[in-house]
Amino acid sequence: MSKSTLPLPSMTSLAPAAARQALVKLAPRTLIRNPVIFATAVVALMVTLMGLRDLALGVPGAGVAVQIAAWLWAAVLIANFAESLAEGRGRARADSLRATKSETMVRVLPAADSPHEAATRVSSASLKLGQIVLVQAGDIIPADAEVIQGVASVDESAITGESAPVIRESGGDFSSVTGGTRIVSDWLVLRVTAEPGRSFLDRMIALVEGAERGKTPNEIALNILLAGLTLIFLFVVVTLEPFAVYSGTSIPVVFLAALFVTLIPTTIGGLLSAIGIAGMDRLARANVVAKSGRAVEAAGDVDVLLLDKTGTITFGNRMADALIPAQGVSPSALARAALGASRADDTPEGKSIVEIARKQPGAAEGMVAVAEAIPFSAQTRLSGADLTDGTQLRKGSVDAILRHTGAALDASLAASVDQIARSGGTPLLVSEGPRILGAVHLKDIIKPGVRERFAELRAMGIRTVMITGDNPLTAAAIAAEAGVDDFLAEATPENKLDLIRAEQAKGQLVAMCGDGSNDAPALAQADVGVAMNSGTSAAKEAANLIDLDSDPTKLIEVVLVGKQLLISRGALTTFSIANDVAKYFAILPALFIAAYPGLSVLNVMGLGSAQSAILSAVIFNALVILALIPLALRGVKYAPASAATLLRRNLTLYGLGGLIVPFVGIKAIDMAVIALGLA
Amino acid sequence: MPSSYLVLILYCAATVGLAWLLAGYMHRVFTGRRVWLSTIISPIERGCLAVAGPAATRAQGWASYAMAVLVFNMAGFAFLYVVLRLQGILPWNPEGIRPMSADLAFNTAVSFVTNTNWQAYSGEVQLSYLAQMVGLTAQNFVSAATGMAVAVAVIRGFVATGDGRIGNFWTDMTRAVLYVLLPISILVAILLIWQGVPQSLGAYIRATTLEGASQVIAQGPAASQIAIKQLGTNGGGFFGVNSAHPLENPTILSNMVQSVLILLIPVAFCFLFGRMVQDRRQGWAIFAAMGVLFIAGLVLINGFEQAGNPMLTDLTGITGPNMEGKEVRFGATLSALWAQVTTAASNGSVNAMHDSFMPMSGLVMLLNMQIGEVIFGGVGAGFYGMLLYVVLAVFLAGLMVGRTPEYLGKKIEGREVTLAVLAFLSMPLGILVFGAISAVVPAGLAAVQDAGPHGLSEILYAYSSATGNNGSAFAGFGAGAPFYTTLQGIAMLLGRYAIIIPMLAIAGSLAMKRPAPATAGTFPTHGPLFVTLLVITVLILGALTFFPALVLGPIAEHVSMLGGQSF
Repeated sequence: MSKSTLPLPSMTSLAPAAARQALVKLAPRTLIRNPVIFATAVVALMVTLMGLRDLALGVPGAGVAVQIAAWLWAAVLIANFAESLAEGRGRARADSLRATKSETMVRVLPAADSPHEAATRVSSASLKLGQIVLVQAGDIIPADAEVIQGVASVDESAITGESAPVIRESGGDFSSVTGGTRIVSDWLVLRVTAEPGRSFLDRMIALVEGAERGKTPNEIALNILLAGLTLIFLFVVVTLEPFAVYSGTSIPVVFLAALFVTLIPTTIGGLLSAIGIAGMDRLARANVVAKSGRAVEAAGDVDVLLLDKTGTITFGNRMADALIPAQGVSPSALARAALGASRADDTPEGKSIVEIARKQPGAAEGMVAVAEAIPFSAQTRLSGADLTDGTQLRKGSVDAILRHTGAALDASLAASVDQIARSGGTPLLVSEGPRILGAVHLKDIIKPGVRERFAELRAMGIRTVMITGDNPLTAAAIAAEAGVDDFLAEATPENKLDLIRAEQAKGQLVAMCGDGSNDAPALAQADVGVAMNSGTSAAKEAANLIDLDSDPTKLIEVVLVGKQLLISRGALTTFSIANDVAKYFAILPALFIAAYPGLSVLNVMGLGSAQSAILSAVIFNALVILALIPLALRGVKYAPASAATLLRRNLTLYGLGGLIVPFVGIKAIDMAVIALGLA
Repeated sequence: MPSSYLVLILYCAATVGLAWLLAGYMHRVFTGRRVWLSTIISPIERGCLAVAGPAATRAQGWASYAMAVLVFNMAGFAFLYVVLRLQGILPWNPEGIRPMSADLAFNTAVSFVTNTNWQAYSGEVQLSYLAQMVGLTAQNFVSAATGMAVAVAVIRGFVATGDGRIGNFWTDMTRAVLYVLLPISILVAILLIWQGVPQSLGAYIRATTLEGASQVIAQGPAASQIAIKQLGTNGGGFFGVNSAHPLENPTILSNMVQSVLILLIPVAFCFLFGRMVQDRRQGWAIFAAMGVLFIAGLVLINGFEQAGNPMLTDLTGITGPNMEGKEVRFGATLSALWAQVTTAASNGSVNAMHDSFMPMSGLVMLLNMQIGEVIFGGVGAGFYGMLLYVVLAVFLAGLMVGRTPEYLGKKIEGREVTLAVLAFLSMPLGILVFGAISAVVPAGLAAVQDAGPHGLSEILYAYSSATGNNGSAFAGFGAGAPFYTTLQGIAMLLGRYAIIIPMLAIAGSLAMKRPAPATAGTFPTHGPLFVTLLVITVLILGALTFFPALVLGPIAEHVSMLGGQSF
């Protein structure tokens, strides 16, 4: 299967548009959504006016004031630029999606059972909920709909990037189609399931574009804290002037403004929304559509992952693992019979039996042609072949073969069969005529790497629960082999729902993925529900994330993206607040040295002059936002580990780093400022 | 100076040991289990609560709990205000002391109801025995009990499993008084009487001195008030000069007992917390963070005081500790210890004049108060104050483990952060904004005794003390004028209720949440890493806010002193 990821523009190609957008975002109505940056802009405006006034009046030091104003504006623009850059990627993707949303003429049927000739043509834009539509090969599917008649292959690459067409048919779990995809064979009769303008495609465009990106709960909380800190620093700076007056000195307002802006958390304030948008974008690149930002955040908090066995933990099909001959049967005789019985069977199971049988020396000797292949049927529960020499070869479940042959198992074979079942495998018996030749051990093959993945998740504090329809014995064996923490055997939609409720009652956050209609209640109940795009519209409606690739392992990736998003936010917050220490040591001695010359001991960085110290702090403040844009968009590096390890690492990197970096940075900028004669 | 440190180490060991024992006792008291005093106290407790009716025992949500706190404290304020205004015509006034002025009575009533015990008056000349006993001593008990009740309720919020109930204020408050404050106070009062502290309702003693002059020696029911003023971190002295007065604090033993008593309940709260949340490591972590900050402050103050004043050394050639404003019988070490204990614990009693400490010692004392009195702090108040920092620390750094921040299994979300920020605003508002006003308006400047940065320190100290509900003062600062009594009164209210109400609301919000079990993915809130994080959060969020003002006050004074200039 070839896979063409949707084209995503590089950062450099988006930069010019983002730079233009940064200016547009200076509109007060946009700015006010971000209290820290809004405060910065207000102060920048104030300093600009005062700087220009001083310049006009020829007040000494006006040049520095104008420079400070310029750098304050720079901080605002850089913050806007970061947000625009993050949005730009989403917008590019939305544009490519919108291109598929062209208006076409569609055939509407009066009723589901009307003959196709009764169709009338209407514009796709006028389609309403519940209308019946006929689509034929080559048509664009005009709206999200449920298949009510027909079987067809559909090209969904416009949405998923997956070029191989998928089968859509009425009934079952593959009955929903998405507007904007193209039917490539046969015909389908559809019932429209989305209001115009509320289709999956519409919502997806809105989501990736960021239009519907409400702030997530955690982001709101962080914003409140940042606003609170801004207010506290406003108290600090505003009261400084009376204290200075008391101390017999006066601080220029421009310097107070500079102190204020450098103290408030502009770094995280400026990058907060970019981090959020970039997090959604990372999910989008993994081909997962989040119906809300809240779901992405919740994914980071998940304690329990419910994983379907099939497709996530094991390959979809069981494979033959061993051939066990009955007493008195040679291994090659069994292999020959197994090979003969499976030669015409092109299921993965049958192919795996052929493969293992061929490895047995002598299996292919004296092969007789197949006269008639006996396909598997639900009634007989066996399959096989009648050979041209009259031999009847059969393979099937233990019961079916016993019934078919009327023979009994010998003691050693019975023990082997028992052993296979206990180990989680499925025993098949192979018979030749009335004689049972032996057993085939069919086994679930655990996907490579999943064991390690689960160990990683365990280290992160996430419990994995395997969901399977198998009996408890089989389930336990596979669970042990795969290294999951727990399993739910003989799963039904009801006990799946009960399991989720039970975990939630213990205070756990549960994530699961599902595709069928009967998964919908569980998907809705789970804190994070990922629906497969191939699934039913009920499942997609109930879930809060949709995986366009329909890959159940994506759930783990979603959790990692959620965690990375939260970590990025926390790391930059910590960094931003830790920065304040150095800024104090840069600016305070500069402000007070005239009143108390002894305070020069606080000038630990040895900055050139009061003006250069303040200007350097302001420049550092703006440049550090710019320097951290890539980190905000990429997300901080994250390797799964326990919370204690992560905390130690990140606290050292961003906390201690946040303390030290500005000392070095401000000193370096100060040297440059002095060298260039800027202050 | 090894001997001076030996005393300090002994002090710490005694305090922690006794607090550990007390925490076990308090745990039984506040969870309603029997203790050995129950036989005597339980009937009294039932009697008190029966009078109040069924509302006194029903589990309350946060709003109802907070309302009970406010109603009770408002009633206490009204009663105390009336007593102070009418003390001239009320009994137990052998000295014929006159009623207090309206603004001073407001200031004093607020001061005692908020557990601040800022004394804008001098006890022996402005208070009758009745006012001292039923007014001030009574508030010493119930204001301390209020702090303890609120802290216990806040802790319950972290433990509750989703019903939103945080206990009953009337029950908690009654138990705090009857089981904890009263028995210990009685014990200590007897100890103090033995050491020479007066306990009498008789008039002041007129004595003839050796030179033949006549002297009036103030006395009164002092021992009972002193015991609770220390135990309840109230700090309001019976006499004007507080624990520096020879009748208030006669001996080294009485000095040590009182020093231990100040920190006893605040330290016990750490351990009580560990017991209540059923994870003693959590209590030890908070104890460790407070302990690190306490020891750091103690070492700094003691160091600066022992080093003495370099200017004095230059002038006179005398080296030695700074003894200005200190009692010779206590010396520099015990005075430094007391200064650290009383400002860390929001007690506010003094055994030396803080005004005369070295500038950098003053800085430490100021910071102890400005960070919100969370280094053990006031009884109960220090603990819930520190929980405020815990919430902020967990929220700031907790994201870095990739989960919504949580503490003890409770998620810290928008509502908690909003409330924490609100509570957090009260310190800068009360200290910086009110201080700035006082630093420029003439009425504010009139109270300042000293010039230059030392005068600014006096203003900052007054508002830090009031907003932190500490109550100690830089001597020399005249806070008796209506401008200060009023503004200080407001600062005290701000520092008390603008923190209590949001903290109870946080507890209520957390109590509605079901705790998530801890996993390997849970942010660890015990162990050295968390302790470091908490200490740094206190220093960066708490201390940095006040750094610019402190630069102009004690730091400027210190660097000027090194440069040979005094104020």
